[in-house]
Order: sequence, then structure tokens, then C-alpha cells
Amino acid sequence: MEMNLREIWTVVHGMVFGFIFLLGFSGALYGVYSLKAEWLTTEGITKTVNIVKVYLWGLALSVWAAVFTGAWVVYPWYRAAPPEGTTDLSTFPRYFLLASESTAQWHEFGMEWKEHVAFLAPIAATVVAYVVSYYGPLLASKVGERRAVMIFFIVAFVATAIAGMFGAFITKAAAVR
Amino acid sequence: MAKAMKDKVNGPAAAALLAGGIGSAAMGIITLIVQVDSQSGFSKSMVWSKAVGGLSGKSSWAIIIFFVAWAVLHFMWKDKDTDFARISSLAIALLVVGLIGTFPPVWNLLKGG
Repeated sequence: MEMNLREIWTVVHGMVFGFIFLLGFSGALYGVYSLKAEWLTTEGITKTVNIVKVYLWGLALSVWAAVFTGAWVVYPWYRAAPPEGTTDLSTFPRYFLLASESTAQWHEFGMEWKEHVAFLAPIAATVVAYVVSYYGPLLASKVGERRAVMIFFIVAFVATAIAGMFGAFITKAAAVR
Repeated sequence: MAKAMKDKVNGPAAAALLAGGIGSAAMGIITLIVQVDSQSGFSKSMVWSKAVGGLSGKSSWAIIIFFVAWAVLHFMWKDKDTDFARISSLAIALLVVGLIGTFPPVWNLLKGG
């Protein structure tokens, strides 16, 4: 049951902040989708939009926290270069993966994609939270705005899902320790 | 119900969406340039932190561009109604630029490898 500091940060990055966003996505998307004047009463729209606003800002903050802890806390441990002459690369994940042809693609494709695409998620999620907060209940009558917001939110989810999926796979192949 | 409420101009929402597209496209384009020629002066200038490497500059620039674009566009459009359909389509296209630019096979294609 023991975890060292690096493992704890890796968990906080992926399984707390990243996971919160992935887990919360579908509920928030449905919340935005269901903001339709023909589906809800005036009171229903106001209540739903107030909940969705808080929910979306929470998710946006969570995904910002995921990318910052990922890039600035965990990633330096992942990419740290081993001292010259090191033969055991197990605590240098990037070099461990690149040392073998059978694992190199985890870094060259998986990690490279993950570390870059992830930054689209907080940008898109913040835009979504802002637009929903700006319009409030009025969003119920704005079909184009709602559609654009949902597309942005789906892209944020896809980016986070790619990052999360490769994060999990790479951790299986070469964990940050 | 929406009719009973005072409508709002769409400028601030359009500004946020377009800024999001610009920030995403910035991430994609900067990443693409750096990955295609990692030895260039531009690529080396992206290393803001030795520990984080090039990702530090690439991601920081994208975030700065996003917030600056947002502030500028918001200032321009805060009291205006814009052509929302056109702006949101452009924003989504820019978001796709971000997705393409951060996809490693695209870098390899441009590197010729």
C-alpha cells in the first residue's frame, strides 16, 4: 500500500484531476444538451444552468490542474536523463522505453501525442464554462451557441481521453518511480 | 422563457470561442514547427525550463496566446453582435488545426520520415 512522492503525484495528476474531468464529462455534456426551452420549464432551465455552470468550472479547473501537474511535476521525472554509465533504466522511463525497439513507440507516439494534445483540453473546457456562464438560462434559446459549446467540450474530452489512455498504458510499460 | 429575459449580444461568447480556437491552433502550429526541426533556434527557444524541456515553451505560448487573444477579442466585441455562425465555424476549424498539429504522424510526414 506504500507509494513514494513521485507515485503520489502521478496519481494526483491522472487519477484525481484527469479522472474527475473524464468522469464528469458525460453529465456536463448532457446538462448543456438538455438546456432546451422546449424540454424544461423556466424554473427548470434556471436551476439546471446554475448547476451546470458550477459543474463546468469545476471540470475546467480540474483539467487545468491535470495538465499543470502533468507537465511541471510528473513530466520532469519521466524525461530525466540517467547519469552516464547507468545500466538500470527502470527509474528513467523515457530512456527505458527508448532503449528497446519493442517499447520505443510508447514514447515516440504515445507520450509525444499525450503531452501535446492534452493542452487543448483546458483551453476548450474554459471556453465552454465561460460561454455557459455568460448566457446562463438564455442559452436554452441559442441553438448555434449550444452546438458550438458542445463541439468544444467533446474536443476537450477527446484530448483528455487520449492523454489519460496513453498515461495509463505508459505507466504500465514504464512507471514514474 | 428566453423571450421574457433580456437578450445578450453574442460578441463575448464569440470572442471566447475564437480565442479558444486560436490558442489550440497555436499549440498545434508551434508543436509542428518544433517537432519538424527540433534543432532550429526557434525550437531551442521553447525550452523555458530545463526540467520540462520544449513542452514548457510550447504550452506556455499557447496559453499566453489564448488569454491575450481572448482579452483583445473580448475588448473588441464585448458590446457587439457578431456573425456567430461564421466565427464559431472558424473557431472549430482552428481547434482541428490544434488536433492535427499535435498528432505525431503529421510531424513524421512533414519530416519525410
